[in-house]
Amino acid sequence: MKEHLLVAAGFGGQGVMLLGQVIATAGMFDGKYTTWLPSYGPEMRGGTANCTVVINDEPIGSPITESPNELIVMNIPSLTKFEKQIQPGGVMVINTSVVDRESTRKDIEIFKIDAGAVAERLGNMKVANMVILGAYIAKTGAVTLEGVRKAFEKKLTGEKADLIDLNIQAVKAGMEAVGQ
Amino acid sequence: MTEATYKRPESLAKREFSYCPGCHHGIIHRLVAETIDELSIREKTLMVAPVGCSVFAYEFFDVDGTVAPHGRAPAVATGMKRSLPDRVVFTYQGDGDLAAIGTAEIVHAANRGEKITTIFVNNAIYGMTGGQMAPTTLLGMKTTTSPYGRKSETEGFPLHVSELLKETAGIVYLERVAVSSPQEVRKAKAAIKKAFTVQLKGLGFAMVEVLSTCPTNWGLSPVESIKWLNENMKKEYPLGVFVDKVGDLK
Amino acid sequence: MAEKVMVKGNEAMAEAAVRAGCRIYFGYPITPQSEFIEYMARRMPQIEGVFLQSESEVAAVNMVYGAACTGNRVMTSTSSPGFSLMQEGVSYIAGAMLPAVFVNVVRGGPGLGDIQPAQSDYFQATKGGAHGDYHLIVLAPGSIQESVDLMEDAFRMADEYRMPVLILADGMLGQMMEPVEFPEFVKLEGINDHSAWALRGATGREANKVTSFDIDPVNLEKMNIFIQEIYKRIKAKEVRYETIGLEDAEYMLVGYGTMGRILGSVVKLARSKGIKVGLFRPITLWPFPYAELKKAAEGVKTILTVEMSMGQMVEDVRLAVEGSVPVQFYGRTGGMVPTPDEVLAELLKHV
Repeated sequence: MKEHLLVAAGFGGQGVMLLGQVIATAGMFDGKYTTWLPSYGPEMRGGTANCTVVINDEPIGSPITESPNELIVMNIPSLTKFEKQIQPGGVMVINTSVVDRESTRKDIEIFKIDAGAVAERLGNMKVANMVILGAYIAKTGAVTLEGVRKAFEKKLTGEKADLIDLNIQAVKAGMEAVGQ
Repeated sequence: MTEATYKRPESLAKREFSYCPGCHHGIIHRLVAETIDELSIREKTLMVAPVGCSVFAYEFFDVDGTVAPHGRAPAVATGMKRSLPDRVVFTYQGDGDLAAIGTAEIVHAANRGEKITTIFVNNAIYGMTGGQMAPTTLLGMKTTTSPYGRKSETEGFPLHVSELLKETAGIVYLERVAVSSPQEVRKAKAAIKKAFTVQLKGLGFAMVEVLSTCPTNWGLSPVESIKWLNENMKKEYPLGVFVDKVGDLK
Repeated sequence: MAEKVMVKGNEAMAEAAVRAGCRIYFGYPITPQSEFIEYMARRMPQIEGVFLQSESEVAAVNMVYGAACTGNRVMTSTSSPGFSLMQEGVSYIAGAMLPAVFVNVVRGGPGLGDIQPAQSDYFQATKGGAHGDYHLIVLAPGSIQESVDLMEDAFRMADEYRMPVLILADGMLGQMMEPVEFPEFVKLEGINDHSAWALRGATGREANKVTSFDIDPVNLEKMNIFIQEIYKRIKAKEVRYETIGLEDAEYMLVGYGTMGRILGSVVKLARSKGIKVGLFRPITLWPFPYAELKKAAEGVKTILTVEMSMGQMVEDVRLAVEGSVPVQFYGRTGGMVPTPDEVLAELLKHV
């Protein structure tokens, strides 16, 4: 397989870090090599946060990239910052509930999804990030739904275990929203 | 039949002290060693010596011992005590070590109620390095780094460590003593014994501050030194019990 | 096979230390290693271990000194400015021949610097960060799994050679997550018996004394020479490194830690363009694999050393090859991390 080099970016509080961790953990359950690298520091508090996820069949060299081939964009500053970097032919998933602007890139595949509206329909705005995750895995095949389910089971334990179904629903809704 | 009424304490190593004539370290060492003997804790006591005149203290006591970096004895003792909570750990520190470079470590060890004992020897001067000014040096006192006498405007005031430490919640027993007369020696011995007992009972942090002479660096004879201590140091650093929660905690 | 878990580097190293038999931890919070101390705060009470947040890194290292005096496994973790504060204590620990493990999750410097990944503490780690003739054993893991695997070795070497061992990580390794398999818990019985020298109370024996102090220069010299003899044994036994694709390489990349791992990507990129590149990644930075590197460099046209610093390890690379191969350098500093594309572009300048 080709290496998935994903950057996921948005405001702190939109759940981009968790989104990235779920994808990386799903990759582990799928039997792949995987890394998750966060941006860290003061920018985490209210500003733009991002993380880099790498998934590969072979051991991963660099966990950091300046030229991802996949991009998840949850807010306008992230679009501005990262659309320049994505490789030609790459895949970008845009959350249109926040990003009301077009990308200037014509040489990549772009999927727009109103994740907020989908999440609202499911009754919980907090799962908008998982709707985006669904759209992402549908379009890239980076990880399997089964892997994602196992990642949720690992992350959501105790009282939070009740949230697993809702999160899976959100992922499925995201997959359907981009036609799968 | 003869009976020994005075002998070297078991807990003192069989070697000669390196201290100057008239210095009180020897007396204080002996009181600590007698205490260790009387409490039968020699085989489970660990000592932490400071940097300063008493840097060799780890050699003078016949117990397991080390030398801490300058001022850090309370942190080293904390590491030992946390590692082996059933051992008895004490630090022996001078005023340069404890009251200058080691202020953070002593304050925090006391405040944590660290179950260690500290013997703090205050002679108002740096002895080992040749008579420089200490935080505890009295105003007007001449030292090699306050050759015109300590001035509060430039060098600040004598630091009252016991008065400072008494506000820390973790301290269980704190007394300032002297060893300038037989009566004082007896009181000092009782205080030291109490400070070790506090540790044996697991009550918290205990410290005894002992006012000491430094004839060499004060430029006085041993007898004059005691007079000077009595007339000057005790005014600045009054003797007494600052904290005694032993009764409260029983 | 043990279960794989997705875990942050800082937490993985902390858990690995627990499994290596460390039951005593002292530390002070500092970014980007704070997850380490937080993990220990949660973990130690679960296993009846000792956790204490000290008032400073100065106090932390001295608490480590005190616990190490008792012969029990003990460690601390910190990041660059904190490790600078610990240097005095590190020197005392080395001089007193005490076993202790340190982790430095290096960040950008000098001074307050920033909190991003860096390798600019190489000189401090390998050439003696404090006063006196001493060394630390310095291990530089390239992945979280390797940091876990090296932890047991770190404690084993600290015990065996009675000296401080440093795991030199960086902010990236501390902050990132990777799947990890943890080893089983080490059984300590019989492998760290320090009763001959440790301070545990003089019961039925003469009192033990542990110090870095000897007022007599004749004796102190003897002591230092004795320690140097131990260093010789370590140099003979403990050198570690990894190579990738050196068999037919015309160009050799040299890097350590996460930079070394990133260079693995550069090797693939370069080979996809038909350039025969290999990698030499030192894992022990002290002892440095001088002879091994020189041998590996036989027949290559150029060496490119890459670091997240302005060039520190490159001096050891040059010492190793003794002028037999030209050694080029590329580095970023202040928390910037060279990317594979960037390094490839630099490499192409020398091809």
